[in-house]
Amino acid sequence: MRKNVSKSKKTKIVDTIIFILLLIGAVAMVFPLVYMFFSSFMTKNQILSANFSLIPDPWKFGKYTEVLQKPEFLRGVRNTLLVAVPVLLVGSFTSSMAAFSFSKLNFKGKNAMFLGLLSTMMIPFAVVMIPQYIMFTKLGWANSLLPLIVPGLFGNVGMIFFLRQNLNSIPSALAEAAKIDGCGYFRIYYQIFLPLMKGALMTQVILWFMGIWNDYLAPTIFIQDEQWFTLQVVIRSFNSYYAVNSDYPLIMAASVLAILPTLLLFFFFQRFIIESMAISGVKG
Amino acid sequence: MTSVKQKKKMSRAAREENRWGLAFVASPFIGFLIFMAFPIVFAFVASLTKWNGINNMLDNFIGFENYIKLLTDEKFWKVLGNTIIYMIGIPIGMILGLVIAVGMNRKIRGIKVLRTLYYVPVVSSLVAVAILWMWVFNYDYGLFNSIIKALTGMKGPNWLGDEFWVKVSMIIFMVWKGLGSSIILYLAGLQNIPRDYYEAASIDGATGFGLFRHITIPLVSPVTFYLLITGLIGGFQVFVEVLVMVPTGGLDYSAATVVFYLYEKAFSSRQMGYGSAMAFILAIIIFIITAINFKAQNKWVKDLD
Repeated sequence: MRKNVSKSKKTKIVDTIIFILLLIGAVAMVFPLVYMFFSSFMTKNQILSANFSLIPDPWKFGKYTEVLQKPEFLRGVRNTLLVAVPVLLVGSFTSSMAAFSFSKLNFKGKNAMFLGLLSTMMIPFAVVMIPQYIMFTKLGWANSLLPLIVPGLFGNVGMIFFLRQNLNSIPSALAEAAKIDGCGYFRIYYQIFLPLMKGALMTQVILWFMGIWNDYLAPTIFIQDEQWFTLQVVIRSFNSYYAVNSDYPLIMAASVLAILPTLLLFFFFQRFIIESMAISGVKG
Repeated sequence: MTSVKQKKKMSRAAREENRWGLAFVASPFIGFLIFMAFPIVFAFVASLTKWNGINNMLDNFIGFENYIKLLTDEKFWKVLGNTIIYMIGIPIGMILGLVIAVGMNRKIRGIKVLRTLYYVPVVSSLVAVAILWMWVFNYDYGLFNSIIKALTGMKGPNWLGDEFWVKVSMIIFMVWKGLGSSIILYLAGLQNIPRDYYEAASIDGATGFGLFRHITIPLVSPVTFYLLITGLIGGFQVFVEVLVMVPTGGLDYSAATVVFYLYEKAFSSRQMGYGSAMAFILAIIIFIITAINFKAQNKWVKDLD
């Protein structure tokens, strides 16, 4: 008995030490972000002073209203949403339908097609970005959001892969039974399997939204008209523009606003997001 | 004739299923043809020309000249070297990730909050955090040099302005940005290890580090393999962080990566042919390295099943 007690005491001490070490690490990890948050409330002079300080003195809230009143910023948010909404609506539909087909239906060339789609994950974006750029320019899409919207409508390989994985764990007998009852294939997808993969689909939609929200490479290459810059492109241009007169509080405030939506989504849905990330690594 | 024969072999229901199955995957497959397959072929043809995006591509056919030129292009070798140096971050991230994951794989109250904190950089916008880290690395007022000055009274290095330190800076940044996902993946891997393995090894006399060395490391090797593959594929394509933090490519091009150079060639100098050739070489390097890794995996990757 005594031995047991002392053992649990020992584990407790070890646990506490580990917790403290991990806490120090975690604080170090988020410290730059915390610093960003605080410095968005500082005056220019405080940021540029020789002495390091973390807490704003005095607190200035004006930079946020300033950023939110900039037409470029609001336009950036609008453009990002104009990309995200159709892509997520149509793209999740096409992706989930394809995932259903790859998992539950039999058709010729199924495996070859699936492998073909998967292999695209290995192809560097650099290879296709020049031809895509030419293609979109020739089509006259460089002055619109279409280069960011249209490819997404066809579906997303990562989502197809993940949903297929998810559907594979659902018994196919359900599909067989429905077929025997004379249920059409679209109805089998829409009324039986779509509801069953709702959870996985939601997680994937959130992750895809974060991907669209954070994307910088595609918009900066394909979009030439300032009118259609997405948020990340606007943030980057703020950085080069306002650094000249070292308006760092403004840059930091804009960056905070650019991170905030994905951060909130992550905090609300972290269980699902972390789970799905973990699955992609362990099973992939 | 043959098609009739084939059709007869399939029952009516199977034919119907075949049709619907194909229809349901048609959309991503067509997308794949338009936005991946066709561009790849196009890029390959372009890589054989002196094309600038405006002149007629096929009139400027030069065979493999771009590829030959690339092999003697000192700048190309330099950016390839930089790109590979940045990959030092991959093992660093793995080791830190595994150690932290082992620490987290205990039933301690509040540990989940810490897990969340480590993951925050992963979901944050790359552009925004790159801007933030530019500031952290700032020579005169940056967070790092303020801390160094407060602690030692000396001025810290010129992080982004020095040929050596700029690489250190980029590696620190990339490890920071990606650490959360290695932790999560290792944690999932650790939770998959059955307890009996440890118990059996303990009975055999293994303790502490021995358990870690002989049970934990081999049994999380699938995760290590995944991190290695994705790390290498991603590592060869590093670009945005450099573009944001060191827009000029650094002193004497010391921060530039392959994709950075490619981007400048294709879009700033409008050497689309040359850029395409570079993209192809990059794809070939990635392909070969991934293939080697898949070949070598049965030497060290253990399967739990």
